[in-house]
Amino acid sequence: MKRGSIKTVTSLLQMQNIRKQYPGVLALSDVNFDLRAGEVHCLLGENGAGKSTLMKVLSGAIKKDSGTILIDGKEVEFHSPADSQKAGIGMIYQDFKLVPELTVAENILLGNEPTKGKSPFVDFKKMNEIARTSLTQLGEEIPTTAIVSSLSVAQRQIVEIAKAISKKVRILAMDEPSAALTENELKNLFAVIKKLKQDSVGIIYISHRLEEIFEIGDRLTVLRDGKYIHSCNVAESDRRSLVRWMVGRELEQEYPKIELKRGEEILRIENLNAGILKDINLNVYRGEILGFSGLVGAGRSEFARVIFGADRKESGFIYLEGKEIYPKSPREAIDLGIGLLTEDRNKYGLIMQMNVRENISLSNLHDVVKGFFINRSKENSVADKFTNDLRIKTPSIEQEVENLSGGNRQKVVLARWLFTKSKLLIFDEPTVGIDVGVKYEIYNLINQLAKDGVGVIVISSDLPELLGISDRIAVMCEGKLTGVLSRSEATQEKIMTLATGGNLEATHG
Amino acid sequence: MVEQLPRSKKIKTIIGEFGIAIALLAEIALFSSLSPYFFTAENILNVTLQTSIIAIIAAGMTFVILTAGIDLSVGAMVAFSGVIATSVLKLDLPFALSFPLAVVIALSIGIFSGSIAGLFVTRFNITPFIVTLSLMTIWRGASYMYTDGRPIWGFPDEFSFLGSGRVFGIPIPTIIMICVYIVAYTILKHTKFGRYVYAVGGNKEAARLAGINVNRTLLSVYIISGVLSAISGILLASRMNSGQPNAGLMYEMDVIAAVVVGGTSLFGGRGTIVGTFLGAMLIGILRNGLNLLNVGSYVQMVVLGVVILFAVLLDQMRMK
Repeated sequence: MKRGSIKTVTSLLQMQNIRKQYPGVLALSDVNFDLRAGEVHCLLGENGAGKSTLMKVLSGAIKKDSGTILIDGKEVEFHSPADSQKAGIGMIYQDFKLVPELTVAENILLGNEPTKGKSPFVDFKKMNEIARTSLTQLGEEIPTTAIVSSLSVAQRQIVEIAKAISKKVRILAMDEPSAALTENELKNLFAVIKKLKQDSVGIIYISHRLEEIFEIGDRLTVLRDGKYIHSCNVAESDRRSLVRWMVGRELEQEYPKIELKRGEEILRIENLNAGILKDINLNVYRGEILGFSGLVGAGRSEFARVIFGADRKESGFIYLEGKEIYPKSPREAIDLGIGLLTEDRNKYGLIMQMNVRENISLSNLHDVVKGFFINRSKENSVADKFTNDLRIKTPSIEQEVENLSGGNRQKVVLARWLFTKSKLLIFDEPTVGIDVGVKYEIYNLINQLAKDGVGVIVISSDLPELLGISDRIAVMCEGKLTGVLSRSEATQEKIMTLATGGNLEATHG
Repeated sequence: MVEQLPRSKKIKTIIGEFGIAIALLAEIALFSSLSPYFFTAENILNVTLQTSIIAIIAAGMTFVILTAGIDLSVGAMVAFSGVIATSVLKLDLPFALSFPLAVVIALSIGIFSGSIAGLFVTRFNITPFIVTLSLMTIWRGASYMYTDGRPIWGFPDEFSFLGSGRVFGIPIPTIIMICVYIVAYTILKHTKFGRYVYAVGGNKEAARLAGINVNRTLLSVYIISGVLSAISGILLASRMNSGQPNAGLMYEMDVIAAVVVGGTSLFGGRGTIVGTFLGAMLIGILRNGLNLLNVGSYVQMVVLGVVILFAVLLDQMRMK
């Protein structure tokens, strides 16, 4: 900017009338987006709204059909990701692009390794120095010689950011960076983002968690069905209007909660020890939704896995409907009437190569088998029924689940467990990466299950969600159950206190 | 948003699904035009006879590869089951007794070998490649040890009927092959176990958490492969009218080629038994056609390699 010129807000990046047509689908229809230096611009929209496509266009991974991209007011044309990177654009994806077997420094400087003079030999000393500089810039102290696979998800993300910084990015796009982070890690990430802002980096922030947007965002842009809907300052918006722009209609409330009548006890845990789990005592009742809170690694998933027979208990007792059980495999647990919707549905839930029909019937083929053979017409009708009931959006039940969106994949997993007619269903992070509209549907289904007398346990790291849907909330910390709060007494503060090992004068429900 | 397949992808999918069938037809057309003898009933039956042994093993290999495993021990199992079966036939027993005994013992060996493979893969978590590579050298070595490196012969002539006889003009190995494929197709397509094979190959941990007994499924596929190898061992011994310790040498390569050419993914979870059958036939017809055209065996190897490469390329197009 010339000295003496009037100070205007110039855009670092402008994307104008971006259009991208896929056969049969208009993924982006004349979308506009602009980003200023030193701001966090949140990009919002449901799955399939076109956020990822827009980011892919920006990263050079796909070519736009029409429209212009301007950086510092000058038109640029990206033919490959390399072009985009050269223009100072960095991308941080949900599934990190790090090489797990290499060290932190090796990853940060991958492709840009400093060498000893002109020799082909890598100068590791220099490499570690550069990497350390990048990390210090972020206020992080991760050892540069640590192997990436030994790091936590949050640390990997920091490494990913450091990698982008070492390439001197001016524009950094983050796709769902918070998906796998705990509250504390998220605070840390926000601190890092603030540092980047001070260095005049423009940040594009994509997240399904609306509260984050109010915390970190400066401006926001909403897309829906590939169309540009709205842009404004974050301060000028509220939750309700955001949801309306994203969904295109008014949602009565984000968390539908119905009055439930607690029935008899379905699950009782006494003095359970297994792995990191220490002395767990807990009751779960029919017709209630029991939330499970805690930091990542507190033992919530481990608890679910033991009940489900995926891991063995060391001592203690599990009673289902008053009878002691000891499931030694998921199969035994399923036969007893226990279901687990695992965290990370892609990795542990679905068989990607299989279609919707096969994924739905997988755990209960017994019910569609006649003699030796699978009865296809029966299997089809089961799959059709659940596809309709749960409103799974798929061209047909023969579609491979790989081609479905995250929300629809989750519905397929849910359909599988509904088909097994479980008495006790454990949901582990059921709404991660799922958009507002489908989340709402899933909450309704969970409510319906509880109403039908199924015992429901929901593990979630999303506190507003837990507070919104649970009748009681159990909190874990380092393998111990530190408290059970009733709906009326539970607050974010109380839960966080219990989750971090603090003390609370709470009645145990 | 409902995602639709782009048209170009649809075309590619069609090429992928039917690519092997198209390639097979092209091959048949080519050889028919080059050799008048090729497209005769006699020669076609001949091809199925020549291919039957590889094809039967390939059916078993399909199960294994669908679970993302591999069985390198099949060729050695052909030899070992062959020499054991023929040595049983040499016992001083009536053929009516010695033959069923030979078959039962040979099949038991197949089950045993498959169980060992399955056990090491499941309980001790050793990669199938290493486990079956070891079994390959063990059974090959055992065949040479057992026979002192010499072929076994001098048993009742009736035995050769199995490999060389015909029923209604159709070679018995061809009939057995067809039966094996019908059963394998039915199992993979229409039974719980078949579904589990695909699920385990697609995502082992997800399959386990869906309530599938992963270890039992894996154990079963290696046993199936072992049994079918043993059946092939008996058939080959019968055709050669001797138990040869070097029988079935390098068969694993032809078998794996047939499965992969047939579109089954080495990463597991994807593939069909029909594809394997067509893959085996493609290779069999190639051999037969080149023989009819008097192409030397060295050249045949080169051609076969090129064909496999292109077939896999075709498959890759489908994945894109």
